[in-house]
Amino acid sequence: MSEITIRGGRVLDPANGLDGVADVVLRDGVVAEVAKPGGKATGETIDASGLVVCPGFVDIHAHLREPGFEHKETIETGTLAAARGGFTTVCAMPNTEPPTDSAGAVEFVLRTAAAKGTVRVMAIGCVTKGRAGHELAELAELAAAGAVAFSDDGAPVADAALMRRALEYAGMLDTPVIDHAEEPALAAGGVMHEGWISTRLGLRGVPAAAEESMVARDVTLAEATGARVHLAHISTAGSIELVRAAKARELPVTAEVTPHHLALTHEAVLTGPSAQRARSESGQLAYDTNAKVNPPLRRPEDVAACVAGLLDGTIDCIATDHAPHATQDKLCEFDAAAMGISGLETALALCLTALPLETAIERLTIAPSATLGLARHVPGIGSLSKGAPGDVVVIDPEAEWTVEPETFASLGKNTPLAGRTLKGRVVATVYGGNVVHDAR
Amino acid sequence: MIRAARQEQAVAPRSADEREWTRRHLLDVDDLTRDEVELLMETADSMKEVLGREVPRVPTLRGRTVVTLFYEASTRTRASFELAGKALGADVINVAAGGSSVEKGESLIDTVRTLQAVGADVLVMRHGSSGAPHLVARQIRSSVINAGDGWHAHPTQALLDLYTMRAHLGDVRGRRVVIVGDIAHSRVARSNIWLLANAGAEVTVCAPPTLLPAGLRPGDPPNEELGALPRVNIETDLDSAVEGADVVMALRLQKERMTGGLLPSLREYATLYQLNEARVARAASGALVMHPGPINEGVEISPAVASSLQSVIDEQVTNGVAVRMAALLLMCGVKSG
Repeated sequence: MSEITIRGGRVLDPANGLDGVADVVLRDGVVAEVAKPGGKATGETIDASGLVVCPGFVDIHAHLREPGFEHKETIETGTLAAARGGFTTVCAMPNTEPPTDSAGAVEFVLRTAAAKGTVRVMAIGCVTKGRAGHELAELAELAAAGAVAFSDDGAPVADAALMRRALEYAGMLDTPVIDHAEEPALAAGGVMHEGWISTRLGLRGVPAAAEESMVARDVTLAEATGARVHLAHISTAGSIELVRAAKARELPVTAEVTPHHLALTHEAVLTGPSAQRARSESGQLAYDTNAKVNPPLRRPEDVAACVAGLLDGTIDCIATDHAPHATQDKLCEFDAAAMGISGLETALALCLTALPLETAIERLTIAPSATLGLARHVPGIGSLSKGAPGDVVVIDPEAEWTVEPETFASLGKNTPLAGRTLKGRVVATVYGGNVVHDAR
Repeated sequence: MIRAARQEQAVAPRSADEREWTRRHLLDVDDLTRDEVELLMETADSMKEVLGREVPRVPTLRGRTVVTLFYEASTRTRASFELAGKALGADVINVAAGGSSVEKGESLIDTVRTLQAVGADVLVMRHGSSGAPHLVARQIRSSVINAGDGWHAHPTQALLDLYTMRAHLGDVRGRRVVIVGDIAHSRVARSNIWLLANAGAEVTVCAPPTLLPAGLRPGDPPNEELGALPRVNIETDLDSAVEGADVVMALRLQKERMTGGLLPSLREYATLYQLNEARVARAASGALVMHPGPINEGVEISPAVASSLQSVIDEQVTNGVAVRMAALLLMCGVKSG
């Protein structure tokens, strides 16, 4: 019988409406109790006084790259990065090579994670065979193998008829479809947000309408089929308005935003990381490929709308869209650079730049779990309920630290935040009753 | 012989001796100071004098190596830089991306590092991706001159355009300059907008909304952020845009704009946006007609206008060599006096 007690911290467990100083006792890998502080502990203890203790974070949108792109990330390094960032559950997106479009591919991800992973990995299966957008993947077999949702993320299910059928079929399996909302014709060739900065830099833009028109389509199809649609990484004020209207009509639509869309604007492409304010030294524009991401970083008013959407519940949860890339994928022409930000290790701090602590924690724990219905697979996940998995993160919301990508556990050092000082640090991460990250 | 030697000594721009050129790269025109622009213009004056000689050649850059690296087809810009380098006595090596290891999949950074290793003092670079010269400038010690990157900038084109305008109009402050054509996809337009607006000219861009970029479309709010776009007038009607203009510059229309759904037809484009005699007549008397070339005669400009007395299109090409000589000289750190 193993026991670990996290003592004397401010316990924040939004799932149970808990906010107060308490001891969290984990026994045999699950939550035994959240007790009054100062009780007798029999096993290992973590002193959390002055710190905040919450359920381990749940990321429903991460790219772990294995199989196929092990030079960018592996399940081993990606879950290590997750632990550093306070995440004890990551849902792996299926845009691997081969894509996760078969039961065997799901089993590979889960088996590799069990053998080499630091935290829990759940698999998301493809909507269509080969993510090609032409025929449905074997969704029932994917679900039976453990897929918790379906998505062709990286691309939308562009064919509206196929999306309709996917929703009807997935509805039968009570498994949500996650859509990467982007109308391909409107986004074609775009490398950043279409606005005055894309004009300034002479780069092809992605208009907000590329996302919004697809969000509108997905809302319509959710209504038509009654099946659940989850909108990945929405980024514009217009998208949020569409989701707000859908929710007012009680349609089965949910949505996530990324930490970077809560904290950064398209100016990051122009100016680069604050550490080397690009115009200072040589008068050069940055063309910062580390700020190239899909959907692109948007205008300040879009960032404000994302924050407001999280505060009023229009947006259900935060998901990292952790998208690690190798150095050579980013050290090239802006047009040629890969899209994505390595986000697991900076997520908490970015969220805290935009949101109150309580909201951020709720949207990183029980909210994502509820969005995909993960408790069907792991009861209690995202909470400190008795019997829930012994996944706990200890954080110091006030601690400042400087982002040094070279120290990331992730193989992906691609972040536009290099050199930036952020507030909010993960002190320790406990997964299944074992300490998997300890920065005390 | 004696005469030639005397002329060689006279090459240094006399009037520029108090100012120094500290810029290592010429990537953009948006942040050139007025002093820097003046220095370039004055140096170009001296170069133009050199080019007017019987033997248009000076040895100022003897022993220096200028490499032109062109990832996109170009006739006049590449030839102009080559002539400029040779007129200054530099060794000029032309690398066309089609005939190099780029075809074997070598990355841009590897390519330019190789060129640096073989001794390039100045790398003159054209690339289809905006920002490619900025990436290169961060990676190598050689000076980089941007000879056109994607839709972003074409600094020496804008400088030679300004030089040509000044030759006819004097100071461009307060002068009305109309740029008509595919503003959205034009690095020439972007660089001219910046350089002319910073020099105090009143710039109007004219195109259908499909050929205007975000932030410069009718009804777009002016942006006030740091590093915002310069203030320009935006017009979709060429007849009103050219009214009283001192300079009218037509841009080349790429044929692929039709397949992209940006325009219905060349015919309709010519009807609405061709610079023809009737439209030039609406401009100020003696207004300059300009075009960065190559021209689609009968599309963006009528043959009569292109060859009219008001056209300075050929002069632009000639001035291009002098301006590029000035840029090479300054980038090589050649001090005046």
